[in-house]
Amino acid sequence: MDHDSAYNALSEASDDRRWAFGTGFEDPLAGVDASVPAGVAGPSLATYCLMLGDDALVFSHRLQEWLTRLPELEEEVAVANIALDLLGQARLLLARAGQADGSGRDEDAIAFFREPRQWRNVRLVEAADADFAQLVVRLLVFSTWRRAVLDRLQASSDPFLAAVAGKGVKELAYHRDFAAGWVVRLGDGTELSHRRTASALEAVWPLVDELFDAHPVEESLVGVAVVPTAVRAEFDEVIDAVLAAATLSRPRVARAGAVGGRAGRDGVHTEALGFLLAEMQSVARAHPGGRW
Amino acid sequence: MSAPVTAPAAAAWAVAASVPDPELPFLTVADLGILRGVEPVDGAVVVTVTPTYSGCPAMAEIQRDIHRRLIQAGFERVEVRVALAPPWTTDWITDSGRRKLAAAGVAPPLAAPSPGAPVPVNLGPRRGPVPCPRCASPATTQTSAFGATACTSLYRCHGCGEPFEYVREI
Repeated sequence: MDHDSAYNALSEASDDRRWAFGTGFEDPLAGVDASVPAGVAGPSLATYCLMLGDDALVFSHRLQEWLTRLPELEEEVAVANIALDLLGQARLLLARAGQADGSGRDEDAIAFFREPRQWRNVRLVEAADADFAQLVVRLLVFSTWRRAVLDRLQASSDPFLAAVAGKGVKELAYHRDFAAGWVVRLGDGTELSHRRTASALEAVWPLVDELFDAHPVEESLVGVAVVPTAVRAEFDEVIDAVLAAATLSRPRVARAGAVGGRAGRDGVHTEALGFLLAEMQSVARAHPGGRW
Repeated sequence: MSAPVTAPAAAAWAVAASVPDPELPFLTVADLGILRGVEPVDGAVVVTVTPTYSGCPAMAEIQRDIHRRLIQAGFERVEVRVALAPPWTTDWITDSGRRKLAAAGVAPPLAAPSPGAPVPVNLGPRRGPVPCPRCASPATTQTSAFGATACTSLYRCHGCGEPFEYVREI
């Protein structure tokens, strides 16, 4: 037994070692068949995996930033769980991207050693929430949209994506219910909570339309990827039902502009992403190859 | 040349099935329904497991534990494969697993929604009453949809006043 380090002691080989996890990260694809199906372009598939994986990783990171700062212990637990589900989805997708593009990069190389312009996430997930209302509004938008996308992705001709979607879609139903419950409670709550939730909607809404833009990579992967224009109607229906119960309405605000027609999916981001990555990547970059 | 033999396969299943879940140690991977198969393939033992949640940190631990116990039991070549599909559902928790959960004070899951059915957003209670695992009172309320592990919700019983965990259906 290593008495100097609790972590070493916990990870020593014994029947008790199962009590400690997290002393190292395993390859999330260990034992998983992640081969690229015949007839599918590896680089496009890799980019699509990055899109879905980067959405989950960046949003997971923003949710993790909330931990220790949430109003109640129950919300701490909920947000931690949601962030963990998304991190799990991201790990599978990023690792798959490194395999599908032929580079052999692992999840860490992809998460910690890419510049902002190489990230493919939508811009919705980049900003830090100004308050709890923004957290639950952004989570409602994100989980409603992603659940609808993954629901269709279950029918993907790529067995790996279909499997990731089949698991993720169940998790996201819980995330969506959590967010919807809070939007209703705040919107149909006090005058103050209503006003702040309405403001949160106005802050988040300019980045909503981008979620439904068809990207050439998605369109090129016929039968493999989901083109998100297909989920707009379902999204609107769910959001309208929740907002009606919350005595709120969709704000009338202009869509956030793209840069030369390019947005998050093309690597064009808000400045918030650079700051987020600088922090998230700092340890890995200060100690390249470091293990714990 | 080693032909598949029934007896070693059954022995290997018994070893793999005895591996406890790190989060709910009174349950084995067989009770949880995440042990999907144990087969002899070309002289090796191939174990197939399926994860509960995408980010479940217990998964890597379970894979290592299965591998280690089979090696200790004398199987020379062991491979643990992960099947992501079909996705795990709490319906796969066995009757024995459900009894062990209740005995440990954790309410077992109600039936999971059928796959392919529409999933409406829930603004009210998500499910029918969850009976208290201690006093069986149906007068319980959910205090948090998420719990200390990825697979549980938190409840409180109005009968005996005790809080308890519920393995939420998925």
